[in-house]
Amino acid sequence: MDGLKELGMGLAIGLGAIGPGIGIGILVGKALEAMGRNPEMTQEIKTNMILGIAFAEAIAIYALVIALIIRFV
Amino acid sequence: MEVSIKPEILTSLGPLPITNSLITTYIIIAAILIVAFRGLRKLKEIPGRFQVIQEAIVETWIGLCDATGGMNTRRFFPFVTTLFIFILLSNWFGLIPGISALGLNTLHEGKETFIPLLRATTTDLNTTLALAIVSVIYIQMEGIKSLGIKLHIKKYLKNPLKNPIDTFVGFLELISEFTKVLSLSFRLFGNVFAGEVLLIVVTSLIPLLAPIPFLALELFVGFIQAFVFAMLTLVFASMATTSHESTGGESHN
Repeated sequence: MDGLKELGMGLAIGLGAIGPGIGIGILVGKALEAMGRNPEMTQEIKTNMILGIAFAEAIAIYALVIALIIRFV
Repeated sequence: MEVSIKPEILTSLGPLPITNSLITTYIIIAAILIVAFRGLRKLKEIPGRFQVIQEAIVETWIGLCDATGGMNTRRFFPFVTTLFIFILLSNWFGLIPGISALGLNTLHEGKETFIPLLRATTTDLNTTLALAIVSVIYIQMEGIKSLGIKLHIKKYLKNPLKNPIDTFVGFLELISEFTKVLSLSFRLFGNVFAGEVLLIVVTSLIPLLAPIPFLALELFVGFIQAFVFAMLTLVFASMATTSHESTGGESHN
């Protein structure tokens, strides 16, 4: 049972990190593309990019929460 | 290798437990106060090195506030910048080498355990939760202040007879206020705590030189997380102060 619990914890955060990983990759890629095309907008794009990353990352944080709940509660 | 998700309780003041992260919190607050008072007392025309740093922080955040929602959002600047400075220092506090080696050996349930005296503030979920709740309450208050309580509540509760879809959207908005607390607190906690664990693991694998790039990474992550927390508060506040009905996106005052 304990082994399964740890497996579940690993799977929760491991699988949960896939989506945000892809999402952040696409987001930053597109932002860099935009910055390359329009360098004078860099500052604004960068701020919005970081905000977008924060939202995408929230999904991974939910997975982390589940993993921590499985492990510690 | 020991990772504890809870802060260790050192002593208790009546019913209030004093944890090691609480002590760190007060150290950081004291540090900020001292620096702020010292910096403010001797403002010079030609700034010294110290004043330049302070001015740079202030100017950057004023610029960000202006870029987010015009001059109207400038009133969020004090709160947001305070959040940023506090979280930044808390995040970086845990990276000071040897900080977690300072501690006491105490008897706990029959065996001797090591309790560190100091712990980075943001690796304690209580702190981040408190910060998130404070910032969401602040956002709500600013919303009420600029829209009036009636218009503000109207964002969440809408007449179902007029438009049932709008009622549902309003309900979702209400839930999203609670998710804000959850995601703000867990984002900060998760990132900083995971960084701490990462450093512990790397140090226990290869103690010599190998942790240095990870320390640099954690410096960066600590900065980004402080920035994200403050920036999200700023954006949410500027969203809360704009009415949903007015198309111009301008608030009432």
